Amino acid sequence: MRKLNYIKLPHQKRAQNVESTNISGVQKVVIPTSQHIGCNCDIIVKVGDEVKVGQVIADSDAEISAPVHASISGTVREIVDYMPITGELCKAVVIESNGKDNDAIDDTVKPPFTGDLSKISRDDLIKAMRDSGAVGLGGAGFPTHAKFTFDKDKCSIETLLINGAECEPYICSDYREMMENGEDIIGGIKVLLDVLGIPKAVIGIESNKPDAIKHLREIASDGRIEVRTLKTAYPLGAEKMLIHAITGKVINEDEYPIDKNVIVLNVSTIGTVYRYLKTGMPLITRRLTIDGDCIDKPLNLIVPIGTLISDIFEHSCDKDIDPKAVLAGGPMMGLSFANMDSPIVKNNNAILLFKESNPPHTTSCIRCGDCIRACPVNLMPVELERAHDMNDIDALIGLRVNICINCGNCSYVCPAKRRLAEKHQISKHMVKSAKKKMRTVK
Amino acid sequence: MQKLIVEPSPHIRKNITTRKIMLDVIIALAPALVVSAFLFGLWAITLVAVCVISCVVFEFLVRIVMKKEQTVGDLSAVVTGLLLAFNLPPTLPLYIAVIGSFIAIVIVKELFGGIGQNFANPAITARIVLALSFTSQMTKWVEPFFFRSGTSHIDAVATASPLAVDASAAEFPSMMQLFLGNHSGCIGETSAVALIIGGIYLVCRRVISPITPLAFIGTVAGLALITGDNAINQVLMGGLLIGAIFMATDYSTTPLNPIGKLIFGIGCGVITYAIRALGSAPEGVSFSILFMNILTPHIDRLTRTRPFGMVKSQS
Repeated sequence: MRKLNYIKLPHQKRAQNVESTNISGVQKVVIPTSQHIGCNCDIIVKVGDEVKVGQVIADSDAEISAPVHASISGTVREIVDYMPITGELCKAVVIESNGKDNDAIDDTVKPPFTGDLSKISRDDLIKAMRDSGAVGLGGAGFPTHAKFTFDKDKCSIETLLINGAECEPYICSDYREMMENGEDIIGGIKVLLDVLGIPKAVIGIESNKPDAIKHLREIASDGRIEVRTLKTAYPLGAEKMLIHAITGKVINEDEYPIDKNVIVLNVSTIGTVYRYLKTGMPLITRRLTIDGDCIDKPLNLIVPIGTLISDIFEHSCDKDIDPKAVLAGGPMMGLSFANMDSPIVKNNNAILLFKESNPPHTTSCIRCGDCIRACPVNLMPVELERAHDMNDIDALIGLRVNICINCGNCSYVCPAKRRLAEKHQISKHMVKSAKKKMRTVK
Repeated sequence: MQKLIVEPSPHIRKNITTRKIMLDVIIALAPALVVSAFLFGLWAITLVAVCVISCVVFEFLVRIVMKKEQTVGDLSAVVTGLLLAFNLPPTLPLYIAVIGSFIAIVIVKELFGGIGQNFANPAITARIVLALSFTSQMTKWVEPFFFRSGTSHIDAVATASPLAVDASAAEFPSMMQLFLGNHSGCIGETSAVALIIGGIYLVCRRVISPITPLAFIGTVAGLALITGDNAINQVLMGGLLIGAIFMATDYSTTPLNPIGKLIFGIGCGVITYAIRALGSAPEGVSFSILFMNILTPHIDRLTRTRPFGMVKSQS
């Protein structure tokens, strides 16, 4: 098995042993129609409509998409244009509470199946996954059901991989899911194994979470489910890296995991799916780790999707915070918000607030090669940067910039503080648009 | 509330800078500096100081003249100055050392774009230019502790470098002398033990990879064994250790990847031994490193990493 490069990061998991708490009294949510990879949803409610918790407010016919549900009950106040942190404009539904009873549950929220969950059909399960609104909660936001709509004759799932690595610093939301809702995770895995006829499942957890490993081993009680201790290394929780670490398989640049007969689901995703199967309550809340050097007491908060970041701090934390940088996600791959009025979306797992944001002072590349030795997918960031700076599309293609997983290791280790990861992202788009152009010319 | 700063990820950086790396190299060169001060006295220290100061001043002035961001703070000019001085004979007139610093910093380094951009090692190239231009001064060697007898550096009795002496001759230093450094030679190159301590420090600090020095030294030793030469003398003599540990591991001018480093080291070893065995100039190590510097971009192109999950034919 090929040895891949990883780096050691400071863990900073201060919120690990803080039990999750629910935020209460959210009066207003802004729910974007695109909280996943794939097509935007169409809004199916009108301004002035009364909505209740769990009601579908936007949906799409497209295969790679996931419905969006109301997370509080109240009135649809307006429909606004919303620029998500990823930069692609979509619509968002603004729901305001009527002042009382903002957690009235919609009539449609009831268990989708009665009886033994292991006896339901494959198609029913996939439809239920879609109805649950589940998307990859580790951060990617790929609609969960779409992972299972492959051609049954060509591929079959050999191993179901459950990602509990959580390799980024600070974030503890998956860890808390494993500790607090371990039964949901194991239950969900069992349903998937039974219904889809998968022979085994492996839950991968990094060695810095011994309690989670122990807990899941205790409750698994099923010979088909293995809890595997992974080394603590970044970015082991990246999909391709996790598959390689557990199975030794290499997902090629033109392949999806299913082409190598594996599927990866995040622990929180499978928990969400199981809760929907049991109760019919779709994905309307999100567990967030609230941390960063602005925060004295780190928290794990469960908030309705669409809650504004400013409201979270209005309701739950001390109000004297004065952050310069607010991140959605971890410090390695997280995106920074331009303002505190952004809503929480499905695939947020942490909000980190930092007192300082000092863009590093960039100096000349000294060709030390640390970026190459830190790259988990064995690229040569130093050469990629040069190709980027010279606008050399052919070189970028030859160096396989498309394989970059944007883990940020190259920028992290660079002694000259060069903006390598950032340039790779731009390079990927340069290659994509150049290829598109080439196709239209042909 | 004040405005938030939007930055692309990653938002944290490792606590390492170019300056810290260069500081490590300076620390690694310190044992050799101490030994040379002990062996060759005040004059060697003066020469080192002149090289370092002139390198820093030249870099400072060039950056001003070229209207570029000031880079003297990264300490790389200090490293160049130290390495240049370590490759000069202890009694060299100071003005020649200043000329060497000018060649290293202005011509080899800054005219090609400054740190990280130069294709040849500045100290090595400067040494070669000086050796060819000031041959008599550059080959005037003195015995260690010459100053104790009261002679000034100008009157010091010239001796031969071990490399130029027949190993059977009476004045040839013993293996212990070669190892500790109390024999004639360039300022920083005589003490094998001091250089090896510096090398081990750099490897432990992960500043350099041990591949290049081991391949370089191993090739020279192997070729010496094959041809029936004294392998230990070949390794300890001349500038092999300082070249292999400190010059052949320079980031800008040597290959990036392990296989490239191996090719580089072996190439240096072969050329060094060929020049020592067949040539007449005592410049094996310098010429080999310069020659392999020129090949580095080609070695890099041939030894690229294989990306994870790469498919050969991509449309």
